[in-house]
Amino acid sequence: MSPTTLILTLAALSLFGFWLGRQRSIVVARGKLKDLHSLPVYYGYYTALWCGIPAFLIWCLWLALETVIIPDLVVAALPSKLRDVSPDHLTLIVNDIKNLVTGNIVSSNVDPAIQVAADHYQHLLNISHMALAVVVLTLAIAGAVLAWKSIKLTRRARNAVEGTVKVFLVASSTIAIFTTVGIVLSVLFESMRFFDSVPITNFIFGLDWSPQMAIREDQVGSSGAFGAVPLFAGTLLISFIAMLVAVPVGLMSAIYLSEYAGPKLRAMAKPILEILAGIPTVVYGFFAALTVAPFIRNSGGLLGLDVSSESALAAGLVMGIMIIPFVSSLSDDVINAVPQSMRDGSYGLGATKSETIRLVIIPAALPGIVGGVLLAISRAIGETMIVVMAAGLSANLTANPLQAVTTVTVQIVTLLVGDQEFDSPKTLAAFALGLMLFITTLVLNVIALHVVRKYREQYE
Amino acid sequence: MDTIIESSSVGLIKPGVIEPIKVEVQNTISRDDRTTVGEAFVDDPRMTLRNVNVFYGAEQAIMDVSLDIGKRQVVAMIGPSGCGKSTFLRCINRMNDTIDGCRVTGDIKLDGEDIYHPDLDVVSLRSRIGMVFQKPNPFPKSIYDNVAYGPRIHGIATNKTDMDEIVVTSLTKAGLWNEVKDRLDQPGTGLSGGQQQRLCIARAIAVNPEIVLMDEPCSALDPIATAKIEELIDELREQYTIAIVTHSMQQAARVSQRTAYFHLGDLIEIGDTDQIFTNPRHPLTEDYITGRFG
Repeated sequence: MSPTTLILTLAALSLFGFWLGRQRSIVVARGKLKDLHSLPVYYGYYTALWCGIPAFLIWCLWLALETVIIPDLVVAALPSKLRDVSPDHLTLIVNDIKNLVTGNIVSSNVDPAIQVAADHYQHLLNISHMALAVVVLTLAIAGAVLAWKSIKLTRRARNAVEGTVKVFLVASSTIAIFTTVGIVLSVLFESMRFFDSVPITNFIFGLDWSPQMAIREDQVGSSGAFGAVPLFAGTLLISFIAMLVAVPVGLMSAIYLSEYAGPKLRAMAKPILEILAGIPTVVYGFFAALTVAPFIRNSGGLLGLDVSSESALAAGLVMGIMIIPFVSSLSDDVINAVPQSMRDGSYGLGATKSETIRLVIIPAALPGIVGGVLLAISRAIGETMIVVMAAGLSANLTANPLQAVTTVTVQIVTLLVGDQEFDSPKTLAAFALGLMLFITTLVLNVIALHVVRKYREQYE
Repeated sequence: MDTIIESSSVGLIKPGVIEPIKVEVQNTISRDDRTTVGEAFVDDPRMTLRNVNVFYGAEQAIMDVSLDIGKRQVVAMIGPSGCGKSTFLRCINRMNDTIDGCRVTGDIKLDGEDIYHPDLDVVSLRSRIGMVFQKPNPFPKSIYDNVAYGPRIHGIATNKTDMDEIVVTSLTKAGLWNEVKDRLDQPGTGLSGGQQQRLCIARAIAVNPEIVLMDEPCSALDPIATAKIEELIDELREQYTIAIVTHSMQQAARVSQRTAYFHLGDLIEIGDTDQIFTNPRHPLTEDYITGRFG
């Protein structure tokens, strides 16, 4: 029985267990459901959980261990001429065996010894699956029977079921947290490997970015440079241009929508504005590369300016447009959260609408607006697709928005695209860049959350 | 119910469904009569309001109300919830303009000037008629800036010294100066409820209004804070004309010189506070102040 069929059988068994448990509780209660501690469905869940969960855990554990133990057993049974090779070669042989078993293409002509090993592997796999089926089904039936027998009037099935639900919830949140921790740690360790070959000070303070490494000592142009400053400068430049577009436009549209627009217009305009956030960034990317960048170059040419065909300005402008809904939507929410009594108080003193907005509403909403802007900035810093397509690849250290610059995210993409060996400083540099980027956005998010929380305390 | 309106000299014949009034009052007016009784008009009024109607959409909230507000006196407006007294108050400084679908008709004059005239600037009107709201609503700014807000937007003070003086005077008049003089730079929202309300009063009188409107200024406050505000209202009367909406009849009796009783959008009775509370002429007023209704 294959593991997939087995798990489906287990699910069916649990369902049956649910029905059994429910029936049993009704029988035990002799029609007086009031005497039962819990409702009959809880006895059903109780039986189903006892039937399904232990068996499922064993199933997972078994399959995890199977992939480790069986290859070891197969390797142990290999003839010594095949076994006494370098670990790398052995891995290759094991791969061949696995490929033979699954019917994939193998790397060379099949050695009879390897064919024998593959048969052996298949045999072990069959035994393992058979044993798994027996163990899991026994456990499932045993669990269900035990639970079924234990059902009596005083059995607290509801408490047991709700306890299990809580465990599920805890497990789910743990998965999210551990995934984050895992990603951070893996990036951290790879970055440390990178910093073994390139000093961390060179990386953080270096002004040159030319990520390559000599394969031979005497290679021409062998010296690589891993100074991240131009990348971060480019990132900041583009984000700055983006915020220059997004903050005023977003804020003013939020003010218009929340203070001036009628309810009908507001109900229509707000979703339309939020559609901007739903456009895939790759679409913005080609919009930037094919429409905005040439337009800027042509208009620059008319003014006698030297604009490169890929410019920070083009990428920044389009990114700013992409971010407008972040700023406007969050600002709109906080402006609406300012109590009407504030407006009344100001109008009652003879303030005009614009005075009220400028002197009372915006200051009251400012912490929330700042929080929204910080979230937008961290979005801008992490944005990749637009800059890949519109900002260029050359790592210029410049403050001129008309030149091509490159960003951290773009370089991570170019470092890892294509066939790469994953132990050279060139690819490891991507992890170091990722780490720096992660730290930057993390700090911004923490500040933003802090500011937003402080704002909440004020009115609640 | 088809009750006959009686003339005042003849005793009232009631239909059997209404129980006879036990209090000894010469009530000669039917409960269904919504004509205003009492002295709605005064000599030398500050504000005259004639035939005021307010509509929210198709619904009429105020029905043809006329009254005067005299100089340097407190007019209290009482009545059960939803009777339109707050709506009426908000007509006086055109705060109803900010509500969508609200329409005001009639003739409202401040010192003979029509405040709903198209040429009138609502901003300068509101600087002449200040308002204090039900819930204390200090701005999330410092105490100083709260008081200085009005003078700043109206350009009343030209320099820092003038502004300081306005702030000190206003806070002193509002009876708050001694409590906050050491912490003017701290946020107004950090004060207690009663202090916040007195700050709002200080903020309103900082622009030197002629009339102060108060919309249930004590309903969110404890009795001690309420007593302080009432004391303050009594003092402010010497300089300002005050119209106050209140739910508390005791408060109306304590602070006001004239009282107006509103019922479902009608002005039922208006007159001297003493007379209204001791000898109401309209049965609805009597029901309300004796606690039989409301």
